[in-house]
Amino acid sequence: MTTHAKTRIVGTSVPRKEGADKIMGRALYVDDIEREGMWHGATVRSSIPRGLIRSILYDRSIDWTEFTVVTADDIPGQNIIQLIVADQPCLADGKVNHCDEAILLLAHPDKHKLREAVDAVRIEYDPLPPVFTIEESERRNPIVWGTDNLFKSFLLEKGDVDSVWDTAAHIVEGEYRTSAQEHLYIENNGVIAEWNIETGVTVWGSLQCPFYVHKSLLSVLDLPEDKVRVIQTETGGAFGGKEDYPSVLAAHAALLARKSGHPVKMVYDRMEDLAATTKRHPSRIRHRTALDLDGKLLAMAIDLATDGGAYSTLSSTVLSRATLHSPGPYVCPNVRVRSHSWATNTVPYGAFRGFGAPQAIFAVERHMDEIAAAIGIDPIELRRRNFLHDGDTTATEQLMRDPVILDQLLDRALAESDYDAKRARFARENPNSPVKRGMGISAFYHGSGFTGSGERNLNSLAGLDVTPEGKVRVLVSSTEFGQGTNTILTQIAAESIGIDYDDIAMAPADTGIVPNSGPTVASRTSMVVGRLIERAGLQLVNLLREHAALGKHFTRDEFFAACERYRALNGKVESLCRYEAPPDIFWDDQKYRGEAYPAFGWSIQVAQVAVDTLTYSAEVEEFWAVQEVGRVLNPALAGGQIEGGVAQGIGYALYEKVLLQNGHMANNQMTNYIMPTAEDVPPIHVFFEQIPFQHGAYGAKGIGELPHDGPAPAILNAIRDATGIGFRAIPLLPEDLFAELAAQLPAEEPSAV
Amino acid sequence: MSAPWATIRFILNGEPCAVHAPPMKRLLDVLREDLRLTGTKEGCGEGECGSCSVRMNGELVNSCLVPVIQAEGATVQTIEGLATNGELHPLQKAFLACGGAQCGICTPGMLMAAAQLLDVNPHPNIAEIREGLAGNLCRCTGFMRIFESVVKAAANESTSTEEQAAHAR
Repeated sequence: MTTHAKTRIVGTSVPRKEGADKIMGRALYVDDIEREGMWHGATVRSSIPRGLIRSILYDRSIDWTEFTVVTADDIPGQNIIQLIVADQPCLADGKVNHCDEAILLLAHPDKHKLREAVDAVRIEYDPLPPVFTIEESERRNPIVWGTDNLFKSFLLEKGDVDSVWDTAAHIVEGEYRTSAQEHLYIENNGVIAEWNIETGVTVWGSLQCPFYVHKSLLSVLDLPEDKVRVIQTETGGAFGGKEDYPSVLAAHAALLARKSGHPVKMVYDRMEDLAATTKRHPSRIRHRTALDLDGKLLAMAIDLATDGGAYSTLSSTVLSRATLHSPGPYVCPNVRVRSHSWATNTVPYGAFRGFGAPQAIFAVERHMDEIAAAIGIDPIELRRRNFLHDGDTTATEQLMRDPVILDQLLDRALAESDYDAKRARFARENPNSPVKRGMGISAFYHGSGFTGSGERNLNSLAGLDVTPEGKVRVLVSSTEFGQGTNTILTQIAAESIGIDYDDIAMAPADTGIVPNSGPTVASRTSMVVGRLIERAGLQLVNLLREHAALGKHFTRDEFFAACERYRALNGKVESLCRYEAPPDIFWDDQKYRGEAYPAFGWSIQVAQVAVDTLTYSAEVEEFWAVQEVGRVLNPALAGGQIEGGVAQGIGYALYEKVLLQNGHMANNQMTNYIMPTAEDVPPIHVFFEQIPFQHGAYGAKGIGELPHDGPAPAILNAIRDATGIGFRAIPLLPEDLFAELAAQLPAEEPSAV
Repeated sequence: MSAPWATIRFILNGEPCAVHAPPMKRLLDVLREDLRLTGTKEGCGEGECGSCSVRMNGELVNSCLVPVIQAEGATVQTIEGLATNGELHPLQKAFLACGGAQCGICTPGMLMAAAQLLDVNPHPNIAEIREGLAGNLCRCTGFMRIFESVVKAAANESTSTEEQAAHAR
């Protein structure tokens, strides 16, 4: 089986494919690109959270003849951004449903003239009452979306939770809350659109999913498929923040290009990007849990609610993943998860690394420590008694067929972090120190790839071709935005064919050139698309052996010579493969039962924290992440994914607060939206256990999102260990610590020196 | 920006250069727009993220906060000038080898900050590396592999051109 075979290139830390361009400053991001005759675009946005647009006034101080102005009336197709539900307009038409909603677009040859012009457009409104919180939306007064403010709900049931409450030895309840989080990719959203009467529209942009943008443009511009072309440029971070939003921005730039007759660049500055683009869904999650005398789980009743913002965008699928991750990596005979995603008058929340799982795992993993405290069991022991093992079933009754090694991961994490000895030492030292230290853990899985029937429905196509210049090209719409797509897929292609890493090139992520290998989301690229490339490589070699006399063993030159013989016969050398679902995957979308994911990544994380009771700051001093993600295809890239995800998770827990005022992000700057810096991120120790997954490329499972799921609960559990206070909401900022600690732990005077 | 345009002369990546621009135009925009050196990136426009870091007169500056008039007569180095005669700077090699770059958007600024650090302190300890790079935000790596890259470059840099030049002076 390929997953266990010895490999030459897969499994090694070859340097990043596009690395040389990046370290030399040669890589071209969208703002680095100029087009002949290019203009610049800007957006006039709503200043109120909800209301009717009464009038649009243009200040006479501006010579408007120099500008191209686009409103909803200029849209040739549907005024809808196509995603899941057709509810979000491309440009507000008559009413607005959130602050910073796009109403009107301007283009001008000189980008420095745009700011003044944006300010000179005055919109008059008849305001309507907004809702800003889950609780306000649940009251359904006013109704701000559909007939009931509800984007989506799910009910997941296993066994019968209600049969247990009366007889259980322990019942523990808790409510947990998470706030929004900003992706804070360092490159803001940006695109260039060009319009040509013959060829249609071409968009270059910083984006994750070229075919999502393609689909959206078809409908807004009312164009046939071959008249829309989307090309990804080098992308400076995404994390989900360039999954759905670029469809909006690309449509705006395309409308300006169409009307002005010029290529139009729209690159947001930081304030606009922070104010107007998607963030992580805020959540409120309630747990009610029954246990027996030995601390074994009997029933978990979970009520999960997310704030979806003003339009549905991806809220239903985020809610789905949150629902499926909410019971944690535990065996429980009776589970009921009710989940709802609610509309509010804020910028729509969207995809962000983890996609609902970080919220769900924060709640369940904080709750496990609260249960442990309530029933008097060590939190580690409580988890051990309830871990999933192979042969068990999850809440969706998915049978764990592949090995589940949570105990082994936990043992490793405890040993590497010296957990017991440190905990004992901190317990001794804390009473005599103003700095209280503690250790905390989180245990979790992350489902790799699309949920349920998702991969079947995507029906991805990917492959390879060979150029006459003697390069094998990887043909995918899967994009590189730092996580390593180019490198991993190149390694897989080289390995499966049997040629060198440098013999492989990535075809441009251009919808006019590459097939649709699906969106670059859901930790699916290495596992699912990688597998297609592995198969395409093997298929290509077989093709050449059958039709072009390639020998059983071959050199690089023999391979390319065979390619040319094949080309002479067939015109081109190409090998494409379509997704095939593993045979034992079954999912019932109605009952929410079955194989929720083809595979799971498993992880234990440990945080060591120090809480300063004089300054009320909490600091992560050291962090350990132990995980099983199948075969590790490139140790350096995999390690980088884990470290980056942990750092982002630390920010989620202790630093990053989206402050909304009347529905507008008030701290939409890097000076006051704070992420961890080089001085804040602790040493992060990363360890992999490897169990190859038979349906993933060379045994790989998903990795990218997993590390973001665990830091917040591990850190707040460590803070509980340090202070005895179980905080239940993130972000946990010094002022939040102050509110509790000042009441409970009167700060001691520093002892005289 | 009503002040008359000015001709500003400085040494850019070792070569004399002159630009005609509004004196308050940001050095960042002059580099990117007038001189088409797009390796220097804008991340925040307010001196927080460090993506636009360049070296000016031996100091690290955020080029989004520097009016170009301040560069008059200065020596400016950007990412395009970090490799010398086609030879990558040891830091560039180390970033490539250690995985110090992921999405790459912070990388030019990060490399300039790291180059500045090693020029001032050729063998920094980890705390000094953290402090030296604290003005440069990276959202992808969690910084671990960036620190590793700097350590590796410092270990390999005893023969670097910078240090030779420093000794020669």
